[in-house]
Amino acid sequence: MTALLELEDLQVFYGASQALYGVSLQVAEGQAVALMGRNGMGKSTTIASACRMLPLRAGRVRFAGRDISDWPSFRAARLGLGLVPEGRRCFPNLNVSENLIAAARPGHWDMARIHQLFPRLAERAQQSAATLSGGEQQMLAIGRALMTNPRLLLLDEATEGLAPVIRREIWAAITRLRAEGLSILLVDKTLSEILPFADRCVILERGAVAWQGGPGELSAEVESAYLGV
Amino acid sequence: MDRLRKEWVLNAVLAGALFAVPLWALMSDEPFIITLATRIAILAIAAVGLNIALGLGGMVSFGHALYFGLGGYVAGIAAHHAFHGTPVLGLPGTNQMLPIWAIAMVVSGTLAGIVGALSLRTSGIFFIMITLAFAQMGFFFTLSWPAYGGEDGLPIFMRNQFPGLNTARPWDMFLIAYGVLLLSLGLFAMLRAARFGAALMAIRQNPDRAAAIGISPFGIRLVGFILSGMITGLAGAMMADLTRFVSPAMLAWTMSGELIVIIILGGVGRLFGPVAGAAILVGFEVFFGGLTEHWQFWLGLVLLAVVLFARGGLVGLITGRARNV
Repeated sequence: MTALLELEDLQVFYGASQALYGVSLQVAEGQAVALMGRNGMGKSTTIASACRMLPLRAGRVRFAGRDISDWPSFRAARLGLGLVPEGRRCFPNLNVSENLIAAARPGHWDMARIHQLFPRLAERAQQSAATLSGGEQQMLAIGRALMTNPRLLLLDEATEGLAPVIRREIWAAITRLRAEGLSILLVDKTLSEILPFADRCVILERGAVAWQGGPGELSAEVESAYLGV
Repeated sequence: MDRLRKEWVLNAVLAGALFAVPLWALMSDEPFIITLATRIAILAIAAVGLNIALGLGGMVSFGHALYFGLGGYVAGIAAHHAFHGTPVLGLPGTNQMLPIWAIAMVVSGTLAGIVGALSLRTSGIFFIMITLAFAQMGFFFTLSWPAYGGEDGLPIFMRNQFPGLNTARPWDMFLIAYGVLLLSLGLFAMLRAARFGAALMAIRQNPDRAAAIGISPFGIRLVGFILSGMITGLAGAMMADLTRFVSPAMLAWTMSGELIVIIILGGVGRLFGPVAGAAILVGFEVFFGGLTEHWQFWLGLVLLAVVLFARGGLVGLITGRARNV
């Protein structure tokens, strides 16, 4: 099994303070990997580093057989890293269509397929992203990432702060994407939603990998040591 | 949807009025009014160019007079050499508008590429100052260029030719300017609706976020800046022919300011903003300029009111604020 994404011993700093102390992890082609851990343990930093949005002090990022450690983020995105950032971060003053068109790259995913996945985005096509509800913005953020036709979808807290009915809708969409063979690396906190979904779980603790394994191997001790409040 | 329909109606009214008024002037034999309408059309083309950089890309170029003047000098120099039968850079001069336009666009696009490549590494006030600095370099260069008139400028004794039309007639000259204006507006609308336009607007809102979805902020902006310079350069070549005169004043920083004022008055990033803005500016100059020599003071008050109370300019005031302003 060859790794699609391979993070090797990443060390990342915000100014003087170190956020990642040598994170290594792999996502294989077609796999869904969950990145877990308490707040402030480096999950979002790991995701942003993989997308080459943060400079590396040490370590390497390999994706699709290329060493992209020194690449700017737009080239990493073009190679197939599709980020759905934490807090949605749509372009608020662009309308829904423009948000999607801006990201468009040729491939399987186009406007019609996004509208099929999230029919609400078709209804709201001419509305500015700022006027969408949180759930709709999340759909737009996922749609926008899919428009780049990624090989790996990186979802950072995709269902955080959303109403249960919307969460189910988002999870249904992500599950469908996974069933279609898309590789996924996701950050989330709700175990009951992650465990049936993920092939593998990676737990971060203070900027380093503390535990990894299959969802079935996650014991109560591990859970209380690294995930409990 | 309602706002969009209103905007299309307003656009049609503006386009229709800009055609109907000189047509009326033609029938009542008022060539001065036709030439005014031509001036509005050409200034609007220049502002459509700037609107790509400023309106879509949020690049506040305070040096677009450089491309405007450069286009003007291309037309002036070509006509000068055609008139005297002397070569320029080993080539004969020409008095044909179409090749002159092509050269003007290539030259201004090339220069915009150089200026853009250097200035787009900065942003905010630094970007404004660097674009201004380049335009001032061009201004002082033409000022001290005796071969083409220096500060006295360069007259074009006969307007350059356009196939099938008599450019000496005001109406024919207007038709040319109006046609090119419609083409440039069409190009702007196409760019805005395409991925390129969406990407430019996305970068304007958040360059890092745009890069995360595969948009090269520098590359897209540079292309936008070059296109912008090319269209403004084309307008410069046409303005030189309209006034049959080129001078360093075309490259002065006040000209750059005038183009920005046109866009703010009309509506930043709006398709017909440049048309509305150019009409307001020229209208002010003509009607209030006849009453008082301090017309620019009153224009300043209007500009102040627009910036404070009607950020969308005239187009925004009538049709409601756009999303991207």
